[in-house]
Amino acid sequence: MTAIVLRTLLVSGLATLLAVLVGVPAGYLIARRSFRGRTLLLGVVNTGMGMPPVVVGLIVWVMLVRSGPFGDLGLIYTQAAMVVAQFLIATPIIIGFTAASIQALSPRLPDLLTVLGAGRVRTLWLLAREARLGLLVAVMAAFGAIVSEVGASMIVGGNLERSTRVLTTAIVTETSRGEIERALLLGLVLLALSFVVNLTLTVVQQRSRP
Amino acid sequence: MARPWARRLGAALAIALALSTLAFAQAKPSIILATTTSTQDSGLLDALVPRFEKARGIEVKVIAVGTGAALRMAGSGDADVVLVHAPEAERKYVESGDLIDGRLVMHNDFVIVGPPDDPAGVSKGKSAADAMRAIAARGTFVSRGDDSGTHAQELALWGTARIDPKAVARREETGQGMGATLNIADQKRAYTLTDRGTYLSLRSRLGLAIAFQGDPALRNVYHVYAVNRAKHPKTRYSEARAFIDFLVSPPVQQAIGVFKRDVYGESLFFPDALTR
Repeated sequence: MTAIVLRTLLVSGLATLLAVLVGVPAGYLIARRSFRGRTLLLGVVNTGMGMPPVVVGLIVWVMLVRSGPFGDLGLIYTQAAMVVAQFLIATPIIIGFTAASIQALSPRLPDLLTVLGAGRVRTLWLLAREARLGLLVAVMAAFGAIVSEVGASMIVGGNLERSTRVLTTAIVTETSRGEIERALLLGLVLLALSFVVNLTLTVVQQRSRP
Repeated sequence: MARPWARRLGAALAIALALSTLAFAQAKPSIILATTTSTQDSGLLDALVPRFEKARGIEVKVIAVGTGAALRMAGSGDADVVLVHAPEAERKYVESGDLIDGRLVMHNDFVIVGPPDDPAGVSKGKSAADAMRAIAARGTFVSRGDDSGTHAQELALWGTARIDPKAVARREETGQGMGATLNIADQKRAYTLTDRGTYLSLRSRLGLAIAFQGDPALRNVYHVYAVNRAKHPKTRYSEARAFIDFLVSPPVQQAIGVFKRDVYGESLFFPDALTR
């Protein structure tokens, strides 16, 4: 049980982290730059925010399975494969929320900061600080989506008892075995885990309210 | 400027990254065993696989799917070893050269289970075909519908009874494993075909009783095969071979025979590798 909880946190936490590293800069660029096809791209991102995880899982499985294009990496049925799938599910969510929260800031703010003498990096950092309410919502939404997702994790992880079974797939297994009490217990643990993570992020978000 | 929230978040992320590096670093030889949900749901593999992993230092990734899916994984080289129970379907893969080194491992039997009051009068049948006809006429049937060995067996029984399963009005397919399908049959007061092992291991939580058993047509045989490396160069033949040798070795065969016998008062599986 402890192993499953830690593994769930590790896989979904790492996938969220990677999605933040990619999604926040991408969301910023989409929000700030004007380029051809920007609205189309935003439409694609917004569709991706509602992408069925099981479809992502299927695509990742086809890519990573031994006979697939990336089969030689040997990633199928590993935690790494689960991170890849969850990363792909989480990234559009992060991009979408980031773009929305950056766009909510005054469009003149970057110029103002530059005039006040902030360098390029410093400007970006201050903007992120200004938008952090929205950015933390992005992190919570992304983590919440992938930690509660079951289809992709089942397909690409294989639900292996000692390496890739996470809370959601364990719930499916126990239910199918008729171990309903155990399944319910795992469900409560998942809810508690979600609550603790979100509460932590909410405290971070609210404590430094501007 | 103090930014405690940022520093705390950064520290948490750094720890997560460090932990994950550790987790992915441990690489030991591993094989993919594609098998049926019945060997998984009964708990047999949970009992045997750790023994093998400990003895040989080879990690076994047990992927529990239907026999059909397991065989397809073998056919595309996506598994190294398969443990399956649909001899008809297996033969095609042996003939095509995808599967080699087949060994008979064990058997048990299929039973038809249903509501204890047997509303369709299934138990009065003299053969499995009679039982299927009774269900078609008066009962509800829940099928696995997942291209598993059990599903193949069910279709063969409809064939013997000369009934088109698609024409059976109250027959539904779950597309799920044996445990889930038994639960659904239980809730819907329906009949279903199950291997005895999975049924016994779930019996205490089900309101289902055995409605028909004992026809030789209900025999359920499990074979293990290695995937042919000559045809699928990425597979791990020698490790797969070690797993086969392990399954048919005397101590493991003996363990299969007594598996959970103390719990259910009868064997879930009968070892066959040594007797023939």
